Amino acid sequence: MNPAIQLIDVTTSYENNVVFTRLSLQIEVGQFVGIVGPTGCGKTTLLKTILGAQKVFCGQVLLNGQPVDRTHNKKIGYIPQLESVDWSFPVTVEDVIMMGLYTGKRLLPWQSREERERVEDLAGKLGIYNCLRQHIAHTSGGQRQRAFLARALISNPTLLVLDEPTAGVDIKTQHEVLHLLGDINSQGMTIILTTHDLNAVASHLPWVICFNNGIVAEGKPRDIFTNAILTETYGSDIIIIKHGGYHLIANSTPLKFKHTT
Amino acid sequence: MQIILEPLHYEFFRHGLIAAILVGALCGLIGVHVVLRGMSYVGHGLSHAAFGGAVIGFVLNFNFYIGAGVMGLFAALLINQLTTNKKIKSDAAIGIVTTAIFALGVAVISQQRNLNRSLESALFGNILGITNTDLLIIGLVTAITMSIMFLSYRSLLFATFDQETAQIFGLKTEALQLLFAVLLTLSVIVAMNIVGVTMIAAALIMPAMTARMMTDRFSLMQLYSIVIGIVIGAGGMYLSYFFNVASGATIVLFGAVIFCLSVMIRHIRERITLQENLHRHGNLIHSHPINNKNHNHTDEIKNESK
Repeated sequence: MNPAIQLIDVTTSYENNVVFTRLSLQIEVGQFVGIVGPTGCGKTTLLKTILGAQKVFCGQVLLNGQPVDRTHNKKIGYIPQLESVDWSFPVTVEDVIMMGLYTGKRLLPWQSREERERVEDLAGKLGIYNCLRQHIAHTSGGQRQRAFLARALISNPTLLVLDEPTAGVDIKTQHEVLHLLGDINSQGMTIILTTHDLNAVASHLPWVICFNNGIVAEGKPRDIFTNAILTETYGSDIIIIKHGGYHLIANSTPLKFKHTT
Repeated sequence: MQIILEPLHYEFFRHGLIAAILVGALCGLIGVHVVLRGMSYVGHGLSHAAFGGAVIGFVLNFNFYIGAGVMGLFAALLINQLTTNKKIKSDAAIGIVTTAIFALGVAVISQQRNLNRSLESALFGNILGITNTDLLIIGLVTAITMSIMFLSYRSLLFATFDQETAQIFGLKTEALQLLFAVLLTLSVIVAMNIVGVTMIAAALIMPAMTARMMTDRFSLMQLYSIVIGIVIGAGGMYLSYFFNVASGATIVLFGAVIFCLSVMIRHIRERITLQENLHRHGNLIHSHPINNKNHNHTDEIKNESK
């Protein structure tokens, strides 16, 4: 298989603190990978390193065998944490999707016919055609996630990177988003995402990296979601319940109250 | 018609009106980005820095625009540099840099013990003293800024909405930020003669905020803001003439009235929309556009009847 992403002995830092040292990682073309780990463990820094947006002290980051820099970024679709988006900003769903084409050569502000057709076609495929003219604040969580997904996909990238796509959405939307990503992955797209939701990863993703300032373990969820690995990753006792072929992950130390009914 | 034509017989009014319209359009356009980037205070700060520069320029026998321009650009670049590492927030950087340069100007004035006319104009605005040279400079800055912002519309929109993602997508966001800082400084300097240092923030923010009340689309917000800036500039000039009140203050007060009206109209419009869309199915009362094809009333009635 061909590697889509290769990190070779990479060391990087965030605000003068070293986040990880001599990290090596390889993600193959067409893989669908989830990165899990505690808050502040360097998941987002790892994503930014892959995206070429993070200063690397030493080592190499390769995208399809070539060093990652801004000239390659058009091959990467990126979806930031939606919690950081300013929902009062005056843009419609169509405007958001169009931004994915704003790195092109066109200088005129209005969209060309070809651009409009591409936006409408993709919006139709993702099921958000009817809300193209709506302000982003007036759409549901699932529609918002799809709008940002469309922005990432409109320039036909080879790699899709998502920072916590399941954060702040209900279980139904979470399920929809992960299934949609699964469909996109089945068409050959390499996908990397970070998440805090271990149960969603266990039930939806084929490959997981447990991360805490370095790779603790990687593999299929059923192989690496063990008490020992998750405890090492999170530094907290975690119970794994196997039920009907699924792994359910729970906190092992519930609060005890004096007065219970 | 006579009311509109009568003041135009005076050259000072014609000059002032042209300047107010140009600066209204300019502030309207650039103000949209100022408001959406959460930099409302920056216009206020940069005008103070430019004033400090104008005073220093006056002492060194430079032209007003050279002193104000050099110090204004220096302040903008320094603020930009200080905020790059994210440890110093933009409001703190603006407060420190621009107030320090303004204080330098005040210190120089206190030594000189006299203000020349151009400095007084910059401080309080003197639209009726606009010369042909002023008009030429205002026209040039307006044309250049509008052309650049027209051609950079796509990049500026993306970078204003989500700078980090825009950078990851391959846009040169740092260069864009620098370009915007330069255009903003130039706009602030040419607007200083119209409304004065003390009221420039209002001239930048009011048209953009009024436009925001009228639309949820960025492209329309820019267009509306330019038109509103022109209306406020021209309307303020006529009101200033008829009521014999300082032109800068009148423009800002007129802008405030227009903004209040836009807030009221939006509020009323939202109430009407709510009333139009509010409907009930048995005991279920809710609101949504009636023509929303995705809305399944049948399910709700079933659920409600259970």
